[in-house]
Amino acid sequence: MIDLPPYPPLDPSNYYLIVVGTGVSESVSAAAASSSGSSVLHLDPNPFYGSHFASLSLPDLTSFLHSNSVSPHPPPPSSPPILPSNSHELISVDLVHRSLYSSVEISSFDSEILEEHSRRFNVDLCGPRVVFCADESINLMLKSGANNYVEFKSIDASFVGDSSGELRNVPDSRAAIFKSKSLTLLEKNLLMKFFKLVQSQLAESDDTTTTTVKISEEDMESPFVDFLAKMRLPPNIKSIILYAIAMLDYDQDNMETCRHLLKTKEGIDRLALYIKSMGRFSNALGALIYPIYGQGELPQAFCRRAAVKGCIYVLRMPITALLLDKETGDYKGVRLASGQEIFSQKLILDPCINVGLESLSSLTDQQNETLRVLVPKAMINKEKIARGICVIRGSVKSDISNALIVYPPKSLFPEQLTAIRVLQLGSGVAVCPADMHVLYFSILCENDDQGIKALLSAMSNLIRLPVPESDSSVENDTCEAKPLLLWRALYVQELVKGEFGGTISSMPSADGSLNYKETVESAVKVSKAI
Amino acid sequence: MHGRPRKAASKPAEEASKDDTLKLRSLQSQFMSNHHQKIYTQEAIQLSAKLLENNPEAYTAWNYRKLAVEDNLSRIDDSDPSLVNSILNEELEVVAKTLRKNLKSYGAWYHRKWVLSKGHSSFEKELQLLNNYQTLDLRNFHAWNYRSFVVELTKTSEQDELQYTTDMINDSFSNYSAWHNRSLLLSSLVAKMADGFMPKETIRREFDYVHNAIFTDEGDQSAWFYYLWLLDQTVKLETPLRTSSWPSNGSIIILSGPGCFTGSSSKFTTFCSESGSFPLILYFDQAVSGVNSSTVTVDSELKGHEDLVWEPVSDNNSQVFSCVWVARLEFDSTEPCSRTENKVKVSLGKSPGIVSSRGCNISTPYEFIFTVHIHDTVGVSQEGIVSWTGGGFDNWDAQSKDLNSLISLNHLNADTGFEWRKKTIKMEIECFRDLPDSKFGKLILARLLMAEETLISDDAGKGIHYKEILQLYNDLMALDSSHDQYYKDELSVALLHKVTSSTESLSRHLFRYRNMNNIVCLRLNNLTLSRMAAVEKLLFVQMLDLSHNELHSADGLETMQLLCCLNLSHNRIRSFSALGSLRLLKQLSVLDVSHNNIAGKHPVDTTRYLCSSPLSNSDETGREVPSKYWDAYLVLGDLMKLKQLDIRGNDLIAGEEFSSLVRQVVPKLVWLDGHKLAS
Repeated sequence: MIDLPPYPPLDPSNYYLIVVGTGVSESVSAAAASSSGSSVLHLDPNPFYGSHFASLSLPDLTSFLHSNSVSPHPPPPSSPPILPSNSHELISVDLVHRSLYSSVEISSFDSEILEEHSRRFNVDLCGPRVVFCADESINLMLKSGANNYVEFKSIDASFVGDSSGELRNVPDSRAAIFKSKSLTLLEKNLLMKFFKLVQSQLAESDDTTTTTVKISEEDMESPFVDFLAKMRLPPNIKSIILYAIAMLDYDQDNMETCRHLLKTKEGIDRLALYIKSMGRFSNALGALIYPIYGQGELPQAFCRRAAVKGCIYVLRMPITALLLDKETGDYKGVRLASGQEIFSQKLILDPCINVGLESLSSLTDQQNETLRVLVPKAMINKEKIARGICVIRGSVKSDISNALIVYPPKSLFPEQLTAIRVLQLGSGVAVCPADMHVLYFSILCENDDQGIKALLSAMSNLIRLPVPESDSSVENDTCEAKPLLLWRALYVQELVKGEFGGTISSMPSADGSLNYKETVESAVKVSKAI
Repeated sequence: MHGRPRKAASKPAEEASKDDTLKLRSLQSQFMSNHHQKIYTQEAIQLSAKLLENNPEAYTAWNYRKLAVEDNLSRIDDSDPSLVNSILNEELEVVAKTLRKNLKSYGAWYHRKWVLSKGHSSFEKELQLLNNYQTLDLRNFHAWNYRSFVVELTKTSEQDELQYTTDMINDSFSNYSAWHNRSLLLSSLVAKMADGFMPKETIRREFDYVHNAIFTDEGDQSAWFYYLWLLDQTVKLETPLRTSSWPSNGSIIILSGPGCFTGSSSKFTTFCSESGSFPLILYFDQAVSGVNSSTVTVDSELKGHEDLVWEPVSDNNSQVFSCVWVARLEFDSTEPCSRTENKVKVSLGKSPGIVSSRGCNISTPYEFIFTVHIHDTVGVSQEGIVSWTGGGFDNWDAQSKDLNSLISLNHLNADTGFEWRKKTIKMEIECFRDLPDSKFGKLILARLLMAEETLISDDAGKGIHYKEILQLYNDLMALDSSHDQYYKDELSVALLHKVTSSTESLSRHLFRYRNMNNIVCLRLNNLTLSRMAAVEKLLFVQMLDLSHNELHSADGLETMQLLCCLNLSHNRIRSFSALGSLRLLKQLSVLDVSHNNIAGKHPVDTTRYLCSSPLSNSDETGREVPSKYWDAYLVLGDLMKLKQLDIRGNDLIAGEEFSSLVRQVVPKLVWLDGHKLAS
């Protein structure tokens, strides 16, 4: 970014809203603001759209992760953090870049082949991630017209895995329950009855003839896991519902480690999303869909929508400082890396843009208050997400290309506290060459080692690591069927919460969930407030 | 496609449809004139296509097109196949277009079949087209029918088609058409003894498959029907069996002429006949045809058995197939030959000919022997009133052994094929005991237990399930009150099977009526019966008391050919039509239908008759019968031997008008409503 060609100065230099970063939340906000007629400037320091939601080629992904990871050496001491602005009523506060990623480890096992195809990969930074057909993000796309720029394909199947390596189909529909070979007849009966109960519960709101059985208020407030037990669902079905359909992370049976115990009401909502997704689009097989060319297409679609409505886009343009009113401490504008000062009423920032702690001490209280949302806070709950990406030759399940695999808590090893989700994607969604697949792994964790350990465990369950010739004979029999690993990335990402601060808002980082529910919700909230 | 409410047409839509109607009318009249003048020009043919696109049901237009095709084909040079192809392709095109308008046009599907039978079209293309239609509407039976037609033409293997039904069912197991097609394919494969399709393994496999559907969604009817079909295949033998007869094997009967028989032996069945003949009754477990003097041979010293006429006892119009067949053997009562015992040997099945409606021959040859005593007639024929209440009944005093010789309660020969059937039913019972709280589980369980009862052949095991079955039906009535009547019927069936399951339980209901030669009387009153069943075990009954039950009709009683006295009082019979089956009881002389709801309000369903009155075909057209009595007239008119009739307590048919009609219709009547008629 040092060799940036000089930019011509931006004109105009006054906007209602400046958005920095082109992640999903930022792009949705930019699209919302520009379609309501406000003038918007949308900046991104990177040469591509999407920020932490981008889909990149393997070399680009590698360099992005490395440059955004916690650097071992401290940044070179910069000029004094607080300088007067060009205009003397303002002061400028320098911004610091916060690294979201740690423990980045990237290994290639067959560089030759990967290099040959290097530009045919579109690998997500925020994987594994899919979209539910009935997702709020889909509604938003349809409403905003962003759907014109993206095409989706359905995820063909979802599975539940365990330490044995066997993948069992998730019985998520009537037909799937009927076909399932892993459920007993009685389990089929209980599960379908439960689904019917959920459906009648959903129908309740539209239907005034309340002849259907309703779940009592008391049950709605009780933990979902208790309610499932009350419905006489056996443990294996409970686990399928909790982790492979409601997509929960924490072990609901373990009170000590569970950070989020789901209530029945929330559980029913999550099932409702799944059930509504099943039948929403006639050409989607199941509940889940994935954008062709990768998740990076989604923020881009919103950006295009925003551009159509008059939003101005500048990539490769970091901002270096904020401009505040000297007297009142109010936010006034930003200084670009090019040196130009741009003014706006509101500002929305990428989660990695912070104010340096040392600058705060010399500011007035009002100024500090303005910058409140940009102060890096000590992490209250040290929740992180470990992500892994594998490029493999072959598929983890023959005949199936796009699939979701869930390892419920404790299913791989006794200390596994949270669910591991794995998403396999193939050339059908244009993310890799024809005979390969990209696998995404994720797990919530408290520290890097714990997360990486869990990821490696899930990987070895599905994938054959290239081993030196001498060892290969030993494990040959058992590993023969598993696909071969070609490339692997492991990294741990911090989970940063977004914050709305009146004039300045900070957006959240990519969260640990499978879809965009929370991401989009926060963007919608911020947009409404603005 | 199914279960969608019809929306009322909006105003503009109504206007549009009026316009369409006018256009259609003009098209129609143009077309008809072309048709009458046999104009088969290109233009005329196109007109018919236009008409069909608007109205796929215009059958005349389809026929016209067939004629046009024939006409065009006759004109062109046969040696050029491309011309023929283009003509026939045009037809397929039109069919495809009309099907787009209406998927269920009979004419269009039939026309396509007609084109294909000319040896045209690629079958690949046909199956492709069908796949499209079947995705549009999974249960389109036209498409399924057409599919089986194409499959037959292409000689696609039935195994492949079976896989196709599996795929369709896996997509949605509510697809009744797919299940139905599956049952047809399996029947054919099993009948052919195809590799891997022996009955035992096929049925087991299919049970396992359909379990998935029933357990996943126990309310799904499609899976239900298929299950019941499978159950039927398990219990029912392919080949018909003779299950009972009267007289039964080893029994002794006493015959006498009209009047009173003074013999004292109450051990035996006595049978009085005015006509000097007695019926020989055969009961089969399936409707059969071909029962005649060449398939059934009768050897006895009695005369007149050479050319026995066998008649089916059947209420419906198909006179060819029936479960019950009767022949009348003559005897001479004026020349008593009590010195001898007349052995009668009946054998059937030795020569083929008795076949079921599915074309299966009776399984094994069978013969039975009974003994006939002919007794002198003493005294005059009895004219006293038969009273159901008084003390004229003696308890069944005989040993149950005697009853054994009277009737054959166990009829199934222990066939080698039975073991796997029993085992299968046992496994099914185990399986459905796991679905205890659901009505479907209960109902299937009840049916399975009934099925197991019919398969048990040893005396010790018989009857063990009835208590549970009755409980299940009682539970069901409480659980699902909207199908109350159905459960009640099934309960009655189970109850009657229970009563007839052993000689011991049956004898509790048996009596002798003193005033009438000690004939056997079966009293099944006050049992809340709503339906008759197990009649094949009751062929010997001559007097039957079904009073104080909940019967809606007399259906089933026609099998009991020996019946001469019948009490149906205090039931729920609503019309004489419901008594129609009694017309087949040639011996009936005493009938009590008092205190029912018989009303003139429900006359004969005249839509069933082409003529204005059901009586206009009979000989006595001169008689003036009010239409509200037509059904009574039809039923009573056939009861030639009726001497005693009680119709009190039926509001709407009381009165002098009806009484006089009865007297006219039944000339032999002596007692009406408890009063002796002046002769």
